[in-house]
Amino acid sequence: MNSMLLRLVISQFKLFFREPGVVFWSFGFPVLMAWILGIAFASKGEILRNVALVSNNQASASTLPEWLLQKTGMAPAEFSGDYELVWEVGENHGEQARFRFRVMPEKAAMLALKRGQITLWIEGNPKTGLRYRFDPNNAESRLTYLLLERAFRKQKFVRQKAEVHPLTMIGSRYVDFLIPGLMAISIMNACLWGIGWNLIELRIKKLLRRMVATPMRKSVFLLSHGLNRMILSAAELLLLYGFVHFYFDINIQGSLQALALVFLSGYSAFAGIAVLISSRVQNTQSGNGLINSVTLPMFILSGIFFSYHNFPDWVIPYVEVLPLTLLTDSLRGIITEGIGLAQVIQPALGLLAIGGICFALALKLFRWH
Amino acid sequence: MVIEVHNVCKSFKDVNAVRNVNLRVESGEAVALLGPNGAGKTTLVEMIEGVQLPDSGTIQIFEKTWAKDEHLLRQEIGLALQETRFQERLTVEETLDLFASFYHLGKKRTNEVLDIIQLESKRSTWVVQLSGGQRQRLALGIAILPSPRILILDEPTTGLDPNARRDLWEILEDFKATGTTMILTTHYMEEAEFLCDRIVMMDQGKILAEGSLNQLLDKFGEGDLIEYVIEGSFPTQEAKALSGVLTCRWNEDTGYGRLIVNSISETLPDFLDLIKITAVSLTSLECRRRTLDDLFLAMSGRHLDE
Repeated sequence: MNSMLLRLVISQFKLFFREPGVVFWSFGFPVLMAWILGIAFASKGEILRNVALVSNNQASASTLPEWLLQKTGMAPAEFSGDYELVWEVGENHGEQARFRFRVMPEKAAMLALKRGQITLWIEGNPKTGLRYRFDPNNAESRLTYLLLERAFRKQKFVRQKAEVHPLTMIGSRYVDFLIPGLMAISIMNACLWGIGWNLIELRIKKLLRRMVATPMRKSVFLLSHGLNRMILSAAELLLLYGFVHFYFDINIQGSLQALALVFLSGYSAFAGIAVLISSRVQNTQSGNGLINSVTLPMFILSGIFFSYHNFPDWVIPYVEVLPLTLLTDSLRGIITEGIGLAQVIQPALGLLAIGGICFALALKLFRWH
Repeated sequence: MVIEVHNVCKSFKDVNAVRNVNLRVESGEAVALLGPNGAGKTTLVEMIEGVQLPDSGTIQIFEKTWAKDEHLLRQEIGLALQETRFQERLTVEETLDLFASFYHLGKKRTNEVLDIIQLESKRSTWVVQLSGGQRQRLALGIAILPSPRILILDEPTTGLDPNARRDLWEILEDFKATGTTMILTTHYMEEAEFLCDRIVMMDQGKILAEGSLNQLLDKFGEGDLIEYVIEGSFPTQEAKALSGVLTCRWNEDTGYGRLIVNSISETLPDFLDLIKITAVSLTSLECRRRTLDDLFLAMSGRHLDE
């Protein structure tokens, strides 16, 4: 019995280690991810918590308030023509935090909140009392509020009581931020799993080679997979939108043409990536690993659940050109900000270019047999 | 000439799968590529099918090549590859309809093929629910959908029970009668004998011999066989001296022996008399014509089913 168990275990180990692809995706990939993400974001101090100081006074619209400069003892830095202040507090483990303050009018603060560029805004001053505005359902906003409140109290900023004014109007809630990201993920998964995984499976079953041994044109075959998933994906999005519309009162504020363009370009980008990923994979384990290696980093980085503006500044330009970020930002802009066709043309072209390049590469690499 | 394979070679890493093979197939001919696993049969037919490219040499089909006329050749060739797994949750009819669309064929052809492969009763059954034999018939049905001028089947009956194999042979026999040129690979000599006019024996990427069954047996397999198992000491010298004996072998350890004789009827009575006189115990006796497997063993040192 024991010998049988031992033999079974040993033979399974041998099978595992004789598939180099499987070994990499099991051991190499998690370590690689941990290393990349660890290097990039392990230090909590690296996370910048973006806070707006709302001032509707035209004269002081871009000037940091005196009380903040005095109490922090920091000098403001110029930031795209405006001023910002980065304030680092707490040296002890667990209390460390970095805040970036910018002054803006309420309308701009609302837009920045919708885009995830700030996690909360502050109105008033220490004398009259500070008012913190954020959605309490957003964990990042709540944490920023708690850390900031604690830091202010330590500096004896706030003698009067500070108030929290929850933001619950449609468009400013966390759920409004979340849903466009979930829609983008739905498109990504429809392509990578629906097209990429399907092609890998057909190759493993040797059905791919059987099909191309007929007069069927390869381009028609690939197109059929693309069309099928596009229709299913559109149906998935409609269902999701129907649900959030009735349940969370979410409405599409922007143009439907812009939405259609972003959907088609996003779909093209991920369909191209899916075909590229599946172009040479010969077993399910490697396919699984390869798809995860593409989806997981974007899942974390592209601002689906929390804003990527919290990441260090040097990361943001790279994150912004990831296809999931381009798609999420565009969808978020259309659904919550009400942007139109003109504002989404640039990201749509970017997505189409990504799709085109990946597809062209895939056709060169694709293994039909 | 329908198919002309000229000096074709194909290697995979350090394995020479096909080595300098020449093969010509006439119109309407049924050719079996017979050999054990690893003989190079599948690689050769996959190159003929245009699924793989030869490293060197040329393959012409209807005087056309895959490089220049792939689309046209795909219309003319029906094939069943080894180990194809069709979509499990499509029905038999849906699978045939799908492949029929690749050839621009209509529903009528699907119904005809369902009738030919005797799967009308299973037309609405998911592929996953079919038996092994039924799946092979479906693969054959897909191969014959376009009414091809050439039909290439790679081990169409491997893994099937004798009844399922016989069912498939009958379908293929009917199809062969329509004059379609057919190539099949197999390691079952009965299949090659039953279905094909010409047998090409392959081993280690090379063609060992080719011809009709009788030609091969006449050329390489002279004589019939008397096989026996004896307990005790067998008089080998006396046996060799019997009338009509060509060769005589006996293994003292196992008791197994074989005589190759001109004619069983000439030698068998004398052989039985010898057994009686020497009073050894005969535990097993089999008399038969020599088979392709005997030939293959003599030529390659391996059995066909290895």
